[in-house]
Amino acid sequence: MAETDLARTEQVERPLSPHLQIYRPQLTSITSILTRITGNALIVAALLIVWWLLAASTSDAYFAMANAVLTSWFGDLVMTLSLWAIWYHYLAGLRHFYFDAGKGLDIPTAEKLGWGCIIGSVVLTVITLFLV
Amino acid sequence: MVQLTLPKNSRMTTGKTWPKPETSGTIRKFQIYRWSPEDGQNPRVDTYFVDLDDCGPMVLDALIYIKNKIDPTLTFRRSCREGICGSCAMNIDGINTLACIYGMDEVKGDVKIYPLPHMPVVKDLIPDLTHFYAQHESIMPWLETKTNRPAKEWKQSIDDREKLDGLYECVMCACCSTSCPSYWWNGDKYLGPAALLHAYRWIIDSRDEATGERLDDLEDPFKLYRCHTIMNCTKTCPKGLNPAKAIAEIKKMMVERHV
Repeated sequence: MAETDLARTEQVERPLSPHLQIYRPQLTSITSILTRITGNALIVAALLIVWWLLAASTSDAYFAMANAVLTSWFGDLVMTLSLWAIWYHYLAGLRHFYFDAGKGLDIPTAEKLGWGCIIGSVVLTVITLFLV
Repeated sequence: MVQLTLPKNSRMTTGKTWPKPETSGTIRKFQIYRWSPEDGQNPRVDTYFVDLDDCGPMVLDALIYIKNKIDPTLTFRRSCREGICGSCAMNIDGINTLACIYGMDEVKGDVKIYPLPHMPVVKDLIPDLTHFYAQHESIMPWLETKTNRPAKEWKQSIDDREKLDGLYECVMCACCSTSCPSYWWNGDKYLGPAALLHAYRWIIDSRDEATGERLDDLEDPFKLYRCHTIMNCTKTCPKGLNPAKAIAEIKKMMVERHV
């Protein structure tokens, strides 16, 4: 009986089939996880800004130190990536509003919008850098 | 829960390389996931060589070739060989699809075949779909009626019937649900794209009279709202259906009935 066979194999601890290890990255899943990563990273970036402001209200020496960290090459890198993260997260948020209205949910449109978020965020980051 | 790595007993090792067929024709290399409940070993990935001149064009043809001519212990589900039964759903070349309607020519390089992702494995390419089917059952996949039974059949207008297009064609192969990262991490409580597409199929059926109850049942942080519109489901559906759209329509109905 099939059921008996299934029950018998159940006594053995079944392995979990591979998932992330084997699934080919999809534009749909990459744009989704980037939304989460940028959202979480921006919390850290926001904390850095708060630290910078707190330092300014503490003392000249402390501000000089915080300012030196945040305007060093590493600070510039973090802030530039954060700038990109803001733009990406913003565009991805707009895309989600559109999705939530039940629109743009066919794969060609969704992928176009996905590329729009990725390319758009880079372009907007460069423009912002030139303007600031 | 999110666990990015595989549990210890599920990590794959390199398996056996089976002998090449003796032929002057074209040979294709296959790498296939193997696990048997009987030998106490971890899963392994075996290498096979298929003589394309002696084999049909689909991935399922190659699996049958291997089973018939190289290794009779290779285990997989198959039945209709024309994309109607949904039995031969598996992960081919990194995406979920039906082996019977996926051509070998659609794969570049070696053909890598695994069971549907993030499922308990019964043997080789056969996942345990018990929970998946139970979730389908939980959405009441039948017409619920309250008014008295009519003397004849329940009729539908052409427009109402058209609302079921793109939904009734689902063959419950589980490709979509097992492509969904949200289903991987929360599949115990999140219903997943297949069950939700079916839920929507009954919600918008003009003959069904339990729309309110159906929506009540889905109004839950996990059952419906673990869908984050990732859209791996729609991308991978071998029948070209759109579970993401169906789920979005349910979410819209949830909002609309509160305003």
